Amino acid sequence: MSHNLLNLAVAAKDFQALRVLKKVRFGIDSGEIVSLVGPSGCGKSTLLRIIAGLDTSYQGEVRIRDKPPHLHSRDVGLIFQEPRLLPWLTVAENVAFDVGRKGRNDPHVTRLLAEVGLSDFARAYPKQLSGGMAQRVAIARGLFTQPSLLLLDEPFSAVDAFTRRRLQDLLLSVAGHHGTTLLLVTHDVDEAVYLSDRVIVLADRPGRITGQVMVGAERPRDRRNPQLAKREAEVLTLLNDGTNQFFDLSYDLAAAPPRWPATRLSSLDFAI
Amino acid sequence: MSQVGSPASAVMVPARRFDRRALIRRSEGLLLPSILVITWEAVVRAGLVSAHQLPPPTELMTTLVELAGNGMLVEHIAISSLRVLIGFLIGAGLAIAVGATVGLSRRAEALLDPTFQALRAIPSLAWVPLLLLWLGIDEAPKIVLIAIGAFFPVYLNFVAGIQNVDRKLVEVGGIYGLTGWRLIARIFLPAALPNLFTGLRTGLSLSWMFLVAAELIAASRGLGYLLTDGRETGRADLVIVAIIVLALLGKTSDSLLRWLEDRLLDWRDVVDSRSS
Repeated sequence: MSHNLLNLAVAAKDFQALRVLKKVRFGIDSGEIVSLVGPSGCGKSTLLRIIAGLDTSYQGEVRIRDKPPHLHSRDVGLIFQEPRLLPWLTVAENVAFDVGRKGRNDPHVTRLLAEVGLSDFARAYPKQLSGGMAQRVAIARGLFTQPSLLLLDEPFSAVDAFTRRRLQDLLLSVAGHHGTTLLLVTHDVDEAVYLSDRVIVLADRPGRITGQVMVGAERPRDRRNPQLAKREAEVLTLLNDGTNQFFDLSYDLAAAPPRWPATRLSSLDFAI
Repeated sequence: MSQVGSPASAVMVPARRFDRRALIRRSEGLLLPSILVITWEAVVRAGLVSAHQLPPPTELMTTLVELAGNGMLVEHIAISSLRVLIGFLIGAGLAIAVGATVGLSRRAEALLDPTFQALRAIPSLAWVPLLLLWLGIDEAPKIVLIAIGAFFPVYLNFVAGIQNVDRKLVEVGGIYGLTGWRLIARIFLPAALPNLFTGLRTGLSLSWMFLVAAELIAASRGLGYLLTDGRETGRADLVIVAIIVLALLGKTSDSLLRWLEDRLLDWRDVVDSRSS
């Protein structure tokens, strides 16, 4: 099955002796929103780095619009877990980083900053921004090059729950407006289902695909939509190998002594 | 990540009250020197210390006016400042070039850094006899000595600045296809700028120190010469005037660098220690 934007088939990827990815194969069509969900260490960030061209030592074949991934690709943008703004550049200069300082008055920058609601902060330095605002700047920077595929590596994990919801909606509307395809790595099942058309679930040791869930709910979505909850349950099932994986520690606790044995000072032998 | 609230709170303070406070804070610093000067004058006038050993402030003013009047002071200041400027520019310039090479290339670090660390261990004044032997007593040894003084602080701070650049920011540069010189100019240098300025300011103050050393040893003009002249002719007033002028010059040049630093580095997210 061939997809028109991204085709990825990583046979193996090793970090020294450790195999982090094994036979991972998926594709993305233009206009899709896809999430990769999995426990930490399942290699989902590594997959993004491979697609972004940051990591080139793997076995397999990756094609973005029929070309291998490379850095500074017109087709791919990357947003990190932290905003990673350059502190010595203003907000506008950060957004226009791709073209250098001369880009700060680019009408495209003005438009993007308006879209992420930061028009008044074009000349501010990153130190003057809150975490959520900084991540909005990072989104604007990611979209500045007008990539067909925007990669996001746990982009909202460092902000509070309310800011996260606002950023999710902002991402959907901005990406929709630009017709950008999104590939998102997250460990938040709720986030993955709410944002995506398709959720790919990975397992760890070594990282491999255990299945995928088509979300299919109408957009714009209502977070209370029971269909989303159902899809979340499916994702959770895939994550937990079809079991109710509750980590029951009560047996261990019962086996342990109820409390630390009390110690009397007089019972201790001091070597004085 | 917390929001930085200090710029907003500074704006909230009414401007007039803020100004008056700032004025009071500035004048507070003048209190102690004023008391010292008055006591100094009083002690000498009362005959507790001989005016020959410790000329009173009024006499220093006379000397200063006299020196300024016949143009000697301007000449001494000009020649000393020029020596510092040239020496500092050479030393700092070389330090920036070598520092960038060592900071950016492991190979260069392995090759060069041990040598510079060893050279740094030499107390810089120990170079004086050698410089005099090699370069005579002209301008050259003075400039070289000042350049040596300026070199090491700039070099050490710049290398540290480059080596401590956040790997994550370098990766951002990589994503945007920056390599080689463009990566250096757009990521490494701006990120290392705060350290570079620390080095430059330390280097400049050391330059003034080495200027005095150089001029004390062999010079016929300059503020160091004025110090020697004052000692040889038994005129403490000349010595003290030279010391005061040196202090003023050192402070002025440092303020210039500081002004430049504040302008270039206002993006830094640091606690403004001067705000309270």
